[in-house]
Amino acid sequence: MHDASTLVTEGQGPANTTHLRWRRPSWRRGRFSALGIAGAAIALGWIVVAILGPVIEPHDPLAQDLPRLQAPGQGTLLGVDALGRDVFSRLIAGAGVTIPLSLLLVVMSVLIGAILGSVAGFFGRWVDESIMRITDLVMAFPTVILAMVIAAALGASLLNAVLAALIVSWPSYARLTRGLVLSLRTSNYVVAGQLLGFSPLRSLKRDIAPNVIGPILVLASLDIGTAILLLSGLSFLGLGAKPPTAEWGSMVSDAVQNFDAWWLGVFPGLAILTIVVAFNFVGDALRDALDPKSNTLRGGGSTL
Amino acid sequence: MSENLTAAMASVLTAEEVVVEYRGRPPFRAVDGVSLAIAPGEVVALVGESGCGKSSLARALVGIEKRAAGSIRLGPSDIHVLGLRRRSPEMTRMQMVFQDPNSSLNPRRRIGDQIGDGVRAAVARGDEPSDPADWLVRVGLDPLAVTSYPHEFSGGQKQRIAIARALAARPGMLVADEPISALDASTQTSVAALMRSLSVEAGAGMLFISHDLSVVRRIADRTLVMYCGRIVESGDTETIWRNPFHPYTRALLAAVPVPDGSGRVPAAPLDAERVTWTDSFPEALERTPAW
Amino acid sequence: MTVTPSNVSASAAAALAFRGLRIELRTPNGPRAIVGGIDIALGRGRIHGLAGESGSGKTVTILAVLGLLPDSMSVSGSIVLDAPADGTGEPIELVGAGGSVLGAVRGRRVAMVFQDPSTSLHPQLSVGRQLTDHVRHHLKLGKQEARDRAVSLLTRVRVPDPASALAKFPHQFSGGQRQRIAIAVALACDPDVLLADEPTTALDVTVQAGVLQLLRDLVDETNLSVLLVTHDLGVMSAIADEVTVMRAGLVVESAPRQKLFTAPRHEYTKSLLAALPGSTLEAPPDVLAEKLFEHPKNEERVDV
Repeated sequence: MHDASTLVTEGQGPANTTHLRWRRPSWRRGRFSALGIAGAAIALGWIVVAILGPVIEPHDPLAQDLPRLQAPGQGTLLGVDALGRDVFSRLIAGAGVTIPLSLLLVVMSVLIGAILGSVAGFFGRWVDESIMRITDLVMAFPTVILAMVIAAALGASLLNAVLAALIVSWPSYARLTRGLVLSLRTSNYVVAGQLLGFSPLRSLKRDIAPNVIGPILVLASLDIGTAILLLSGLSFLGLGAKPPTAEWGSMVSDAVQNFDAWWLGVFPGLAILTIVVAFNFVGDALRDALDPKSNTLRGGGSTL
Repeated sequence: MSENLTAAMASVLTAEEVVVEYRGRPPFRAVDGVSLAIAPGEVVALVGESGCGKSSLARALVGIEKRAAGSIRLGPSDIHVLGLRRRSPEMTRMQMVFQDPNSSLNPRRRIGDQIGDGVRAAVARGDEPSDPADWLVRVGLDPLAVTSYPHEFSGGQKQRIAIARALAARPGMLVADEPISALDASTQTSVAALMRSLSVEAGAGMLFISHDLSVVRRIADRTLVMYCGRIVESGDTETIWRNPFHPYTRALLAAVPVPDGSGRVPAAPLDAERVTWTDSFPEALERTPAW
Repeated sequence: MTVTPSNVSASAAAALAFRGLRIELRTPNGPRAIVGGIDIALGRGRIHGLAGESGSGKTVTILAVLGLLPDSMSVSGSIVLDAPADGTGEPIELVGAGGSVLGAVRGRRVAMVFQDPSTSLHPQLSVGRQLTDHVRHHLKLGKQEARDRAVSLLTRVRVPDPASALAKFPHQFSGGQRQRIAIAVALACDPDVLLADEPTTALDVTVQAGVLQLLRDLVDETNLSVLLVTHDLGVMSAIADEVTVMRAGLVVESAPRQKLFTAPRHEYTKSLLAALPGSTLEAPPDVLAEKLFEHPKNEERVDV
């Protein structure tokens, strides 16, 4: 097992590449765990369902023509709700509502937050101060209250719920990005770039952005679950999707009134659960794959 | 030989009465009025122990740190601090090699591209373009490695890549801040010698900062000894080594263990001696060999 | 291919003896040997230097003595701590020793000094506390006795004004003084063996000289045995009596100091000395620089 001749000393070529059969990309430091792969598969599955929605739903999700409150297995797969609609079809339709909007929410939060955070972190001083004070101010808003305010002002709708969620979500990305940029800005390679005549834009693009994307990606993937919960939650409270739109959160809300018909709440609840957990697994696996520390000895000793 | 060179050619880096202060009550003077001049093709060592201000001086010379007083010029032009403005092509003739090889390279970019940044800086100045792969060969690495990423290399190799990048920019002046301290002892002298030969060959001046006196003795034409923010002794390297004048230089050299297997413990300075280290002796400066 | 003169390793009175020590790291790809079976004998009242570059395994070797390795590493072979000089007690096998055995040995029979003086002392305990705590535990001394002992220890390591130093905290001392205090803490219970891991590497050279002199005097004046790990061959040359050179987890050469530095037998030792400024076998800088360019043409890299 141990061969004294396989020494790596200075001047004998790149270390650790002796038996690699493929060039590992720069960002991959560890392996993507099995849980992460499972999570990715489930999440992908749901995304496919969302895309193919209208094609695969067995019944019109809005049609109220089935026997009301029929239990699962007696004609429909997952039962019928209080208004005679097919739960299974509404579940599929709900995917097509919740998932795209959640993804949109996360993407926009990341974009707004990352750009503001990078500018604050890189340019510093008054730019940093002003952006951070705005960030602090916005972070102080409780999400639900803000959503209620917007609903009161503009009317309750899914888009308005997304707007409210967006307003409260971007600050955490701004904070994260600013912190990352601040710590990277004084890195030797960033300074080296500046000594070679890089403009601030080039420094941001070449040196800062690629090293900031990793942690942001991890946070974003973990956040998709939160976004889904947020939108479903707002819809559950009546601040989001309006009837008759099929949306998982509002389906759970409807289920509260018909507690005996367990299938009305359980299936949408399970849908939310599975997709949120799936994205969480993906986020965890991404973080472990990008984080070199998970491969070293406990305690990080390097003086062997 | 080197002092004739200095006299004959205009120095590429000139610093006069540089002061670097850090905030505090009272403000802490890391560099307390340092002047130096480095000629093209000359290797000057800056030695001193921790806290003497050598790193602060290096950073001020390059423009990473702002100075409270004094002037620093690269050729005829004043060196301004790195800010939001990009460095002019002329100013990219000042390059730096850092102590930590692990943070000197962008982990997400191929090393060929990073050396290419150096090439581009030289081209922007009107110099001939060069091939990053050639620079890898010059520092003793495989030219095919241009497509590799930094994490595929050891610390010493990364340091050589950083050196290649700095030299690809065809600098007139290279400031190396403890460039070999993080390397294995067996490669320190080789990398230092390589840096010397490459910079002399390029006609660049090099300021080599180190706390390791033994290595520096072998590659530096002149040596500056720093203590408490001031240069206490300076001049021809061998002269200083054989016949140190300033009490601090004497104590410093006496404390260096000689690895000859004799079991002799180096002399530890007495407290009574330490007080004399802050004295200044003009005769200790700009020492030249006695023929 | 080791070179070991018989008179060094055969001494029956070795204070600490390593035989066939093997340390393996559990990795996802199977166990990897970090130390591949080594023999070292630390003579009584001697300073034995363990030299090597990073990755040689020297640090894990001494961490293994007191069971300080992480769970991901497994140790096999033998480390025997000889019976105390006064004849009481038996030799103790330290590999695989249980918690109570190690607890009685640590600090009492075998003590350790680490590289970084700023983290080897507890920042929030006074120097006096750090010196007296384990003394009172191991030697069952009363408060005043422990205090007197602490003062005499500080005097022994030449910390100025020992009486008032007891009440001070580590941050009030310089790096060199902290290292002396760390040595005093280590010697508090009169151990037979002192393990020193790069004790002067973090110190300035003018400060290092004093600490080296202290170690030498301590060994000369008492029966203390020191196992000194360092990559710095200058330090070895100053105070080590015997030197063992390690490379990639194996012992490459072991010899008395003078012999090792003037007439090394192994190629690796010769190359280390050739690269060492000030050694009798030093090679000129340009020859050393040439070495960087000599490497066997590399393993093919297959780009996929």
